Amino acid sequence: MNRIAQLDPAHGGHESLEAEAPPRSSAATSAVLTKPLGAASEAELIERVLKGDDEAFRELVHPCEHAVFMATQVILNNEADAEDAAQEAVLKAFTNLAKFRGDSKFGTWLIRIATNEALMKLRKQRHQKLHDSLDEQRDGEEGEYVPRDFADWREIPSDALQKKELRQALSRAVASLTPKHRDVFVLRDVQHFTIEETAELLGIRKSAVKTRLLRARLQMRDALAPGIDGSWSAGRAEYEQVRPW
Amino acid sequence: MVVEISCEEVWREISKYLDGEINGEMRARMEEHFKGCKHCTAVLDGTRNVVQLVGDARAFELPAGFSNRLYLKLNRRLGKDR
Repeated sequence: MNRIAQLDPAHGGHESLEAEAPPRSSAATSAVLTKPLGAASEAELIERVLKGDDEAFRELVHPCEHAVFMATQVILNNEADAEDAAQEAVLKAFTNLAKFRGDSKFGTWLIRIATNEALMKLRKQRHQKLHDSLDEQRDGEEGEYVPRDFADWREIPSDALQKKELRQALSRAVASLTPKHRDVFVLRDVQHFTIEETAELLGIRKSAVKTRLLRARLQMRDALAPGIDGSWSAGRAEYEQVRPW
Repeated sequence: MVVEISCEEVWREISKYLDGEINGEMRARMEEHFKGCKHCTAVLDGTRNVVQLVGDARAFELPAGFSNRLYLKLNRRLGKDR
């Protein structure tokens, strides 16, 4: 047994949060988010750690650092909290490494621990703010969302992510989503969990994941369309200035 | 002849369309709609672009000193456990 719920006594015990379950998106998640370690070297490193070689654990974690931080940052939207959750996740992975069965990549397993760590932290924060109950009341009140009427969409190339303005605009746009839409969007589109996995992690139905994902994606698109300063001026000279990517 | 579809119906299905979950007649109807509707094409292009950007590992930066602080904390834990 190796459930994340058991890693944290404070957590209410969530049947679906199996750390070692082989998710269908395992390959995609680890391929996109972590620098790949060869299967043999990963198994070797784990064996070395279990025999007491601490340096091997650092080698194992190092390629996943960025992905682990990203997993917590997009959920918590606060760098200090995200770093704290990422550190906790790595420590839990170390403590529980003997329970890792190798059904998925180590990176995928670690990202799941980090995601759960962030979600637990978020639940605690929201509980304090009583946001949860308000969210639940709004469930099932998903009205139609009408996308804003922009004439066209000028593609933002992936290379533009090198620009800090774009990364900040993305973070702001994610932060502008309501918590329930943000959770789904982050798990599905940022962390590449499947619809089924997202539903399991959040304890909601697949149909709710799809409805919230639609709304979140359309709102993200609307939030990013006008440019980084929020003024929509397509077709005019200043368009270049407000959206320099 | 493909039966026409409204913009509202297209928006409702656009997320599933991007995930490849729309097939058959509905997909054909949506594609026919995109050919003649600039607004829905902009919604489709923008939504696809956003999904592609946020899914890129470069979208979120690692804070300076993250690794050092992580291994410092890990070392402290290792010192305690072993």
